[in-house]
Amino acid sequence: MKHIETVTKKTLIPTREIGCGECQASCQSACKTSCTVGNQACVKEEKVHVKGAEEDK
Amino acid sequence: MVHTFVYRHKGNPLYFVWDIESGSLYNVDDVAFLCAKKRYGLLSAEEEKAFSDSDKKDVSEINASFDELEGEGALNAPPLIKEFKKRTGAVKAMCLHICHDCNLRCEYCFASGGTYNTPRDYMSAEVGKKAIDFLISNSGDIKNLEVDFFGGEPLMNFDVVKQITAYAKEEAAKKGKRFSFTMTTNCLLLNEEAGNWLNEEMDNVVLSIDGRESVHNEVRHTVSGKNAYPAIVRNSLEFRKIRGDKKYYVRGTFTAKNLDFTEDVIALNDLGFDQISMEPVVLPEEDPMAITRLHIDRIKAEYDRLAEVYLERRKGGKWFNFFHFMLDLDHGPCIHKRLTGCGAGTEYLAVSPTGEIYPCHQFVGRSEYLIGNVGEGILNPEVRERFSGYTVLKKAHCADCPAKYYCGGGCAANALNFSGRPDGQYEVGCELQKKRMEVSLAIQFIERNGL
Repeated sequence: MKHIETVTKKTLIPTREIGCGECQASCQSACKTSCTVGNQACVKEEKVHVKGAEEDK
Repeated sequence: MVHTFVYRHKGNPLYFVWDIESGSLYNVDDVAFLCAKKRYGLLSAEEEKAFSDSDKKDVSEINASFDELEGEGALNAPPLIKEFKKRTGAVKAMCLHICHDCNLRCEYCFASGGTYNTPRDYMSAEVGKKAIDFLISNSGDIKNLEVDFFGGEPLMNFDVVKQITAYAKEEAAKKGKRFSFTMTTNCLLLNEEAGNWLNEEMDNVVLSIDGRESVHNEVRHTVSGKNAYPAIVRNSLEFRKIRGDKKYYVRGTFTAKNLDFTEDVIALNDLGFDQISMEPVVLPEEDPMAITRLHIDRIKAEYDRLAEVYLERRKGGKWFNFFHFMLDLDHGPCIHKRLTGCGAGTEYLAVSPTGEIYPCHQFVGRSEYLIGNVGEGILNPEVRERFSGYTVLKKAHCADCPAKYYCGGGCAANALNFSGRPDGQYEVGCELQKKRMEVSLAIQFIERNGL
């Protein structure tokens, strides 16, 4: 194998308007006792974490 | 900053290099893994020996690749934003405490039997409508608003939920807004009529079940101490049928009594649920159910075990989604969201049954955090101003954390309970969050490559 395989690169570089406030508040999803934002989707982009979308990828 | 970690898939190690600031993830071989650790000062004494035995030509080649990635800003990248403050103007989400009463008694309940240490109040339709008015009038330019019907058990005040929902939709139509509704219910009153209504009106429904019957019954029972599990499972499965592909979660809580919580996730999946969340309980250290530092290594190992079960089941007929393994690696939320987390006290507020406004549902009843009320509006703006400063950038313990852009700085209520400050640290929570992020990143790699 080659030594280094890129899985994903520079995903946190802001490339779009940020902070529009339209996405879901994280505590409204399923936690209520922790805080997780990495699984939140930007409403301006395609959501990928539903079964149908997974199959479509 | 660079973080390195190993995940064992089917018994074989997978090595990862994670660039915290740029969000770049690399799967590397064992030599490159040691090179990365050497380069960024992360080598243990044992690894130092292994590194010194590495092929020098390989090391040179790998370092040249690392040089190139650094040059692109994709490795050891500097922080992108150094100063940031949350907006305090617009509110976008409210958690409505429909009643401070519950028909279950869960021994770990942060709401003290649903009461939040307040009288067993029920929200009136009038208070609920005023909360909707408050939210709309304080939402500024934000179009998508959210209301979560919470308790206690909100189905104990179902008629008011219906009235508030209808009113919110009417007002939204007049004001050019759109509401997303969520209800969190223990399912005891989730009959066919309630299920049909929730399916029609709620964008998300969270069903509380703890997993195996024995685990559930040890900590959750009716007010009179009876077994509620059969009714809860029957009702939740009926609702699952009605729900189809629309959004829902079954959400359990694990405690020190069931650190083998993978079995509870499996039990929920075997029942027929495919959207599952299992949360670590948050209790004072002296409580026998509390998750403490002593449990961290055990829970980390359990997350590894759960991940392997998860990966295997997703290949076959028992596909399911686990809330804490979801990670939108290529897209995800914007930097603003990653720095501000849940938005408690600023864009997210909670309303008590009598209309008092607090930073979030876990602050309800704490008078020192009272923000105002739905009739008079915001009376203590300094509380919101204080919460606006609680960002990832302002928390010292977040500075070097590899998960900082994935947890958004953690839960303010947990931080207050364990450190005495809403911007302090809940160390157990941080350790578990970091582990879940590593596992989630590894899962992304494994699924993308069909391993």
